[in-house]
Amino acid sequence: MKLPLFPESASNFAPDVDHLLYYLVAVSVFFTVVIFAAIFYFAIRYRRRSENELPEPIHASLALEIAWSVIPFGLTMIMFGWGANIFFKESRPPQNAMQVYVVAKQWMWKLQHMEGQREINELHIPVGRPVKLTMTSEDAIHSFFVPAFRTKQDVVPGRYSTTWFTATKPGKYHLFCAEYCGTKHSGMTGWIYAMEPQDYQAWLSGGRAFGSLAENGEKLFQDLACGNCHKVDGSGRCPSLAGLFGRSVQLADGRYVTADEAYLRESILQPNAKIVAGYQPLMPTFQGLVTEEGVLQLIEYIKSLSPQPAAGAGTTPAEINVNPGAATPALSNR
Amino acid sequence: MAEQAHAHAESLALREQFNTAEQQKESSTFGMWVFLVTEVMFFGGLFLAYTIYRNTYPTVFGMASTSLNAVIGALNTAVLLCSSFTMVLAVRASQLGKRKAIVIFLILTLLLGMVFLGVKAYEWNEKFVEHHIPGAHFHFEGMAEQGPAQLFFTLYFVMTGLHALHMVVGVGILSWLLYHAARGRFTAEYMTPVDIAGLYWHFVDIIWIFLFPLLYLIDRHMK
Amino acid sequence: MNTAAIEQRENYLNAGYGLKSWLLTKDHKRIAILYLITVTIFFFIGGIFASLIRIELLTPQGDLVSSETYNKLFTMHGIAMIFFFLIPSIPATLGNFFLPMMIGARDLAFPRVNLLSWYLLVIGGAFALFAMLAGGVDTGWTFYTPYSTTYSNTWVIATALGIFVSGFSSILTGLNFIVTVHRMRAPGMTWFRMPLFVWANYATAVIQVLGTPVVAVTIVLLFCERAFHIGIFDPALGGDPVLFQHMFWFYSHPAVYIMVLPAMGVISEIISVFSRKPIFGYHFVAFSSMAIAVIGFLVWGHHLFVSTQSVYAGLVFSFLSYFVAIPSAVKVFNWTATLYKGSISFATPMLYAFGFIGLFTIGGLTGLFVASLGFDVHVTDTYFVVAHFHYVMVGGTIMAFLGGLHYWWPKMTGRMYPENWAKLSAAIIFVGFNLTFFPQFILGYLGMPRRYHVYPDEFQVLHVLSTAGASILAIGYLFPMFYFMWSLRYGEVASANPWGATGLEWAMPSPPPVHNFDEIPVVTHEAYDYSTVVGEGVEVG
Repeated sequence: MKLPLFPESASNFAPDVDHLLYYLVAVSVFFTVVIFAAIFYFAIRYRRRSENELPEPIHASLALEIAWSVIPFGLTMIMFGWGANIFFKESRPPQNAMQVYVVAKQWMWKLQHMEGQREINELHIPVGRPVKLTMTSEDAIHSFFVPAFRTKQDVVPGRYSTTWFTATKPGKYHLFCAEYCGTKHSGMTGWIYAMEPQDYQAWLSGGRAFGSLAENGEKLFQDLACGNCHKVDGSGRCPSLAGLFGRSVQLADGRYVTADEAYLRESILQPNAKIVAGYQPLMPTFQGLVTEEGVLQLIEYIKSLSPQPAAGAGTTPAEINVNPGAATPALSNR
Repeated sequence: MAEQAHAHAESLALREQFNTAEQQKESSTFGMWVFLVTEVMFFGGLFLAYTIYRNTYPTVFGMASTSLNAVIGALNTAVLLCSSFTMVLAVRASQLGKRKAIVIFLILTLLLGMVFLGVKAYEWNEKFVEHHIPGAHFHFEGMAEQGPAQLFFTLYFVMTGLHALHMVVGVGILSWLLYHAARGRFTAEYMTPVDIAGLYWHFVDIIWIFLFPLLYLIDRHMK
Repeated sequence: MNTAAIEQRENYLNAGYGLKSWLLTKDHKRIAILYLITVTIFFFIGGIFASLIRIELLTPQGDLVSSETYNKLFTMHGIAMIFFFLIPSIPATLGNFFLPMMIGARDLAFPRVNLLSWYLLVIGGAFALFAMLAGGVDTGWTFYTPYSTTYSNTWVIATALGIFVSGFSSILTGLNFIVTVHRMRAPGMTWFRMPLFVWANYATAVIQVLGTPVVAVTIVLLFCERAFHIGIFDPALGGDPVLFQHMFWFYSHPAVYIMVLPAMGVISEIISVFSRKPIFGYHFVAFSSMAIAVIGFLVWGHHLFVSTQSVYAGLVFSFLSYFVAIPSAVKVFNWTATLYKGSISFATPMLYAFGFIGLFTIGGLTGLFVASLGFDVHVTDTYFVVAHFHYVMVGGTIMAFLGGLHYWWPKMTGRMYPENWAKLSAAIIFVGFNLTFFPQFILGYLGMPRRYHVYPDEFQVLHVLSTAGASILAIGYLFPMFYFMWSLRYGEVASANPWGATGLEWAMPSPPPVHNFDEIPVVTHEAYDYSTVVGEGVEVG
């Protein structure tokens, strides 16, 4: 009879969250016991002994009211700070995180590695290396939930959301969709395979070559004739894309925005939302002409047109040689 | 003496849950204020959605707004302001117990309200002809993606539509008031229904005072 | 006392017979009974859905019903329970019945509006029932877009319409209570002499009036989007699906306080009477109700921590969520302190009150868990949250509702319920409840998501325990149905004040006369002054 009572702890966040749990449980047990005991004791000690007894009315005590407001408030502020701290860490993926793209749709998870590997409902990752997921949905809202990692992030159509974690223990962990999305919501599950770095490299090299995301993006760029306007030297009617990713861009209305993934996605699907200063709103929309995966590939291609450090040191290069003996990037072991 | 008359008249209409006429009048008025607060929250949700989307798509909202006829909108605003004025005069007349004046001012308010609704119908027809009604046939000229423009018009129609619905209810209330006013039911001692209907009418007017600039006057200097 | 003589005395129940006298009544007491019948029906409808859910979850596979059906079951369970049972429950039944009496009024300020409120609940309920019978709705009670607007193939609009209409029922009840409390208090009934049950319903009314219109307009937008395919929340058209969540929760979070504040009001009354002491810290308890109402409007974003809401918004909402917990804690401490040096009776209402305090404490404390950002990331959308809200809604509100029903039953019907059966039922409910929902905390932390039809094998034992508890709980709920009905005919005839309680409602016969008071009383005592009732040889519990 299987009766697990506590989830596996397999990410950098899990111990933090579990310790917070212990604190929360301790405070709760304390107050529960105190209240239960007080009620129990008072109820018995002061039980009604005769029908006409009339206790002395005791009305209030300002000191008590203040005490039992301020002290609990202090205890809750610790809960707040502790949780906020974890949350902040969860919202700041490290620069050197390994990037994986996720597209959710009813009712499956489609994952793409930078090197081109595609997975459905499974994600292979190395232990000890931060992994950042950039996610979007093709239809309803979904949510990427890995209990063993203690992480969860809604996956929303029309925008990118991100989550990150570092697996700390090799193993196979549940992946659940945690936002109700229709008929097969409870079937939209999968597995995260955390592997020793050398096993991960072996896995990466195996299987057929897909071409990296950036390579596929370049091909799509050519197929869609983007280069007719977006000339490399910037001489076309549209801004050059070389060195664009991560840069600050000035818009026609004077605002400045950062050219991140969300900006690029919007520029492809809703080009007139933000017009670059000095240019005309000429770009047609590619909504319906390119899938979410296609958008991600284009974004990776555009990223590859920027100097590498802007995309983060240690990012897997756009092309790898399928060679088991090839040098692997240095991995930090936790 | 006047106070006795006051109590007597209101007491003729005194409901059994109340102890005094004063209590009834105060409760009715307070009740209308509370109701208007709920209406503020109701429209408030729409104003919130509008604010957020305008902030997200300022240029498109500006262009869509410019396609509305601000002159007609301003005319309608004037009509509604006048109707609030005539409503105030109706309330004043009932405070003075002048039956004929109440009737005249209520009729004027009613007419102005109907003018407003008529103009609104004309405007909406314009939008229909221009294919600016959200849905399958929506098309806004000069724009690659129709989405944000359609958002503007969705908010436009829902907000002005709900406002118009409240106006129609107001017209109904005024008609009922007119019927009873003509029969001399409202006197200086008992004019609570006119009073609280006035509150409702002013509220509907104020909503329009907010709607007009927010919907019609964005980026007008650009034209 | 001669039974025949009692039943010949005119009271609100026998003053006028026939359907018309009930369906066109203006008497707040009759309207309260109409509401009681309606909400009880919806409670059992919601309960049937819950039973089917729990039976399905006995096994990891989906072998009882299809996924489509399961998704409809949990949706309709939520809708029936929240909109058509919990939200109206205490205010529209016990509040309607007793609020006017407690402040010395003959009725609410607007009796016909009160009747309209009931009709609106029935009409809204009819729409929702129609949707349930015609095929059901499967969006979850939360109707998140774009699933509800674009992808669901079920009766979304009919259901949404039903909720929209019932929302106006809630708004009008709130409006009525606010005006009544402000304007209809008897001479001498100052704000701080009012029973705490009145304060609780007043605070609730403020929430109803301010919050419900926002969900109403949200439903209007949902309707437009689904009916006309225009993209307010549709990202493909530039809309924002998360905006729906903000607008929805702006109401739905305060809504949970609509559900729990009146319950707390009932508990204040019961604890006082059955300790025969004024509630300790009366002013603090009264103000805490208002504080919860106000701060409750500022925390809705804690439902959106992982929704792509900004980190900074998350911080603000988490902080304020801790803030709103403090007034609730203050109430629990004050109730407990009231017992000190009291004269404690263990009549059934008091047992329910003890149960409430215990279960609400646990439920409320687990609220502190989910208010913590880093913790909530793990447990949101899991059974942990399901356990949390069932502890406060069922372990809290429903226990208080039952306690209040038992407490005021003699006044409403002129009959006593059978005490031993009642105590037994309370015990069964308490045990069944804990067995049903405590395992769900563990399930949630393990990672069992909400709204799952099928689940991994390793969660089965906990689910079986939960279903076992649900069976016991169901039995516990059935007993009162039977013995309350039985008591109407065979129950011991009740006196005016069987509990030795203070409060104007106990100063009149059981059942009360149509107009409550022949003469409006002049109030000279503080609330909960037991020196005015004890010593008269009143028979108590």
